[in-house]
Amino acid sequence: MIPAAFEYYRPKDMAGVLSLLEEHGDDARVMAGGHSLIPMMKLRMADVPHLIDLQDVGGMSEISVGADGIRIGAMVTQSDIIDHEALAAAAPILREAALQIADPQVRYMGTVGGNVANGDPGNDMPGLMQCLDATFTLVGADGSRDVPARDFYEAAYMTAREDDEVLTAVSLAAPTGGYAYEKQKRKIGDYATAAAAVQITREGDTCTSASIAMTNLSDTPIFSEAAGAALVGTALDDGALTAASAAMLGDIDPTEDNRGPVAFKRHVAGVILRRAIERAWSRA
Amino acid sequence: MPKKMHITLNVNGKEEEFLAEPRELLIYTLRERLNITGPHIGCETSHCGACTVTLNGKSVKSCTMFAAQAEGAEITTIEGIGGPDNLHPLQEAFKEHHGLQCGYCTPGMITRATKLLEEIPNPTEEEIRFGMAGNICRCTGYQNIVKSIQAAAAEMNAAQEAAE
Repeated sequence: MIPAAFEYYRPKDMAGVLSLLEEHGDDARVMAGGHSLIPMMKLRMADVPHLIDLQDVGGMSEISVGADGIRIGAMVTQSDIIDHEALAAAAPILREAALQIADPQVRYMGTVGGNVANGDPGNDMPGLMQCLDATFTLVGADGSRDVPARDFYEAAYMTAREDDEVLTAVSLAAPTGGYAYEKQKRKIGDYATAAAAVQITREGDTCTSASIAMTNLSDTPIFSEAAGAALVGTALDDGALTAASAAMLGDIDPTEDNRGPVAFKRHVAGVILRRAIERAWSRA
Repeated sequence: MPKKMHITLNVNGKEEEFLAEPRELLIYTLRERLNITGPHIGCETSHCGACTVTLNGKSVKSCTMFAAQAEGAEITTIEGIGGPDNLHPLQEAFKEHHGLQCGYCTPGMITRATKLLEEIPNPTEEEIRFGMAGNICRCTGYQNIVKSIQAAAAEMNAAQEAAE
């Protein structure tokens, strides 16, 4: 499994990256850890005549946790997320999700930026970032702009990022309340059959806010505003959980593949969401 | 045809320098260019871990990295961990505890396990299973691999204490 031939570049700064993107247009792709892109190149499902390796660019490997929020550079790896104590204290759902991505070797290489920018419906971070209402920073020739994660995904591998832009960072406010990232997968290293990211707040026995996003159940991650709304103001009784599940099932659109037929995926989505809500509630 | 790249690597303490196409994967560099055949090609799709090497202190699957990405890196393969006359405690433990049958996954298993024991010198069974999850074995059922790593950890910790 050897990829088609390509030119390899390792620019030292973002200006170098942007000029290569301008020169080669959609014949060029940037690469962070390469653990989504290289397998696709080996299978010759991705044709990348000009490969731009970001590892020497710098300035994208930092995690900052402060009063003004959390900022995660695009080159931060899943392993970095797991190891960062201040981040785990401020947003524990990130570590919980990262631990469920791939395997140790892949987590040393795979990055947050690659995971969210790639647009693969199977990736876990896009739904997670929608749950957390994160913002992605895109840098291009005309400067930088911020796009909410909830507006970023258009279809499988199609995002709001233009061909000549690079996703450089993910920013979010530190979440409050209880959390859970629940994922059903066939084996370690697999993408989700269904996964749910849940953040929930409560006052006494009443739910005061709930944010819910689902992974690998449509050609984009699904932020289900209606599912969250179905929980707010309730005591998370069985009726509320059923209503949230029904709302979520109205928003997803899974397709049959080697992880199962549509009816199975919808069933698993309901089970996973219920588990995630219950676990998040118990931690709120 | 893209022009070849000038690549330097330090593999098991030895400097290597060569010209390679950008698309050359690190596992082929090791096996076919440098004749370092300990790292194996199993699935070649980033799943099985038979190609695991340590690269700049991280366990990586060398089938999912271009040699050009590794430019300047320090790489350790099973050949750099121990040999027939000086087995590493992990190699000794895999031998003693039947941690291998066909042996195909073993170089990747042991290479990964060296890094795991650096990170967690005294791992629980659960930590071993989770930390070794990127390496697949089709023979042993994993039970003896876990035992081997536990035994090596005990041996290495005892040696560490004796040295202090």
